[in-house]
Amino acid sequence: MEVLVASAIGLLTAVGVYLVLRRQTFPVVIGTVFLSYGVNLFLFATGRLAVNQPPIYSAGAAGYADPLPQALVLTAIVISFGMTALVVVLALRSFLETGSDSVEDSPGAADEATAAQVTTDQARP
Amino acid sequence: MQTAMNHWIIAPLVLPALVAPLLILTSRHNLAAQRVVSIAATLALLAVAIGLYGLAQDGTVRPYLVGAWPAPYGIVLILDRLSATMVLLFAVLALAIVLYATAGWDTRGRHFHPLFQFQLLGVNGAFLTGDVFNLFVFFEVMLIASYGLMLHGGGAQRLKAGFQYVTINLIGSTLFLFAVGTIYAVTGTLNMADLARKVAAVGAGDTALLGVGAVLLFMVFALKASVAPLHGWLPTAYAAAPGLSAALFMIMTKVGAYTILRVYTLIFGADAGAVAGIVTPWMLPAALATLVVGALGMLAARSLLSLACFAVVWSMGSLLVAFGLFDAGGIGAGLYYVLHSTMAGATLFLLVDILVPQRGGAEDRLVPAAVGHPVLLSGLFFAAAIAMAGLPPLSGFLGKLMIMEASRGSAAVTWIWAMLLATSLVAILAFARAGSVLFWKPATPHGAPAASTPPLKPLPVMVFAGLLGATVALTAFAGPVRREMGLTAAQILDTGAYVRAVLGPAPLASAGKP
Repeated sequence: MEVLVASAIGLLTAVGVYLVLRRQTFPVVIGTVFLSYGVNLFLFATGRLAVNQPPIYSAGAAGYADPLPQALVLTAIVISFGMTALVVVLALRSFLETGSDSVEDSPGAADEATAAQVTTDQARP
Repeated sequence: MQTAMNHWIIAPLVLPALVAPLLILTSRHNLAAQRVVSIAATLALLAVAIGLYGLAQDGTVRPYLVGAWPAPYGIVLILDRLSATMVLLFAVLALAIVLYATAGWDTRGRHFHPLFQFQLLGVNGAFLTGDVFNLFVFFEVMLIASYGLMLHGGGAQRLKAGFQYVTINLIGSTLFLFAVGTIYAVTGTLNMADLARKVAAVGAGDTALLGVGAVLLFMVFALKASVAPLHGWLPTAYAAAPGLSAALFMIMTKVGAYTILRVYTLIFGADAGAVAGIVTPWMLPAALATLVVGALGMLAARSLLSLACFAVVWSMGSLLVAFGLFDAGGIGAGLYYVLHSTMAGATLFLLVDILVPQRGGAEDRLVPAAVGHPVLLSGLFFAAAIAMAGLPPLSGFLGKLMIMEASRGSAAVTWIWAMLLATSLVAILAFARAGSVLFWKPATPHGAPAASTPPLKPLPVMVFAGLLGATVALTAFAGPVRREMGLTAAQILDTGAYVRAVLGPAPLASAGKP
């Protein structure tokens, strides 16, 4: 079972890292999702793998599973879910406003774009 | 210990946590009410921060056990000199920013004040918490609020830079969780004091794993503190952020520096057995590299914002050089520099924000252009540049002098002095060049005043002057402040007292969990 869990974590993380390094926003978003899956599984395994054992208390239990990593994973899931929602909206807005879904901006265009940004700010009341 | 618990310690968290939803629920369409409540809450926070600072003056470490759960099991907040100093520093900065926002920035998008209050919650939480996982949670609160503040006002370039900023921080958070998981797997605890006790007793088979966790965690904090080579996100993000958000974010790089200081003195410090000082060999070279990268970036900058961003990177380098010494002198000097560089960095970003509307179409690019109110603005720029570059008579100079003084006993003293002095020269050059391009070179229509410069609002200039005044005060009272920071450094290094304060005086043979 250790090999299975370890390979799953490794695979998820590798997929995540690969996708995060892509140029378009959509693969990057999916990549961060994969990374968070990988890390959630990893956190789950930090309390040691235990099968069929109660987490808190049970009369006559042979041993206990560690309940803390489960709480940590829950927190991490909530946070990463919220973050994913935010980053999806951000990617979409960015695509709609600039007409491109490239993560990177072309070098040299940055200065003009910043100037345009400042103009936008000034135009608002 | 529980009976004498001081409930004011949790006030810097409870106050913004109540005010932020209150603002959204009761006055989301009433900006005037939002302003009043937000400023009042920030003033109250400042009062609480001053009170807590006074409380921490007696040199005891005060744990606050949330829900009165005993220490390694429940959530712990810690008030000591270091956390009190950081909370106070942030409260002063926050008050300046919220006042500045009422001059117009908070009308350019919705929900500025609620996001601002959530930012206060996250940063105060990161400073006060005594638990590594809690630190992660408060980092996230702080970051989520900062995404909102960074995107405040909208615009294409800001959205694009915002996406990069959010993504890099998501990856940082993932790394943080990997690090926390690894450390938990080895030690079975995440309470900082408990960790400090247990890392020394980790078995020989597990030290490699623990070391991996420690270094991963260092990478996360270094990312937040924009240490080279992990600094790349900062110039893009802060240059695209609204000026006042960038000024507020001066505290966020300091949060990174603070966590490095806390974790690598308390948990992986001198008493950590096999992993003692595991990041020490990396810290100084990385800090020196940050100095060089920052200074070169300043020299290469083609816009004022980019110059300001690299100046921040550069000042983080100086600060981490001091922390990297890991002794009382270095930490004390570094803490003085933290106070200075937060104020000076914020001053610089506010100046850019005041200056840009006065330059017509030239915006913040470093090209000659007519500028409205040249005498006043060039004077302000001169003051901000002196503060940031570290020229006498302002506090940057004293801070740098203290760092050099503290590093005299270090083995790398030649490197530290050479790098600090050489990069300071480059920084001065960069600021001098920027200043002469901005204010001295004649604009193309010779001597003609900028066509229609908007009037200079008094409030932003007053806030700017206030922050600059804080820098001047730091200079004038450098002696007492440095003594305070020296006491703080001594308390940071006395990790035994911290652990006893949190866990009680029972140093039983710690039975490792797994």
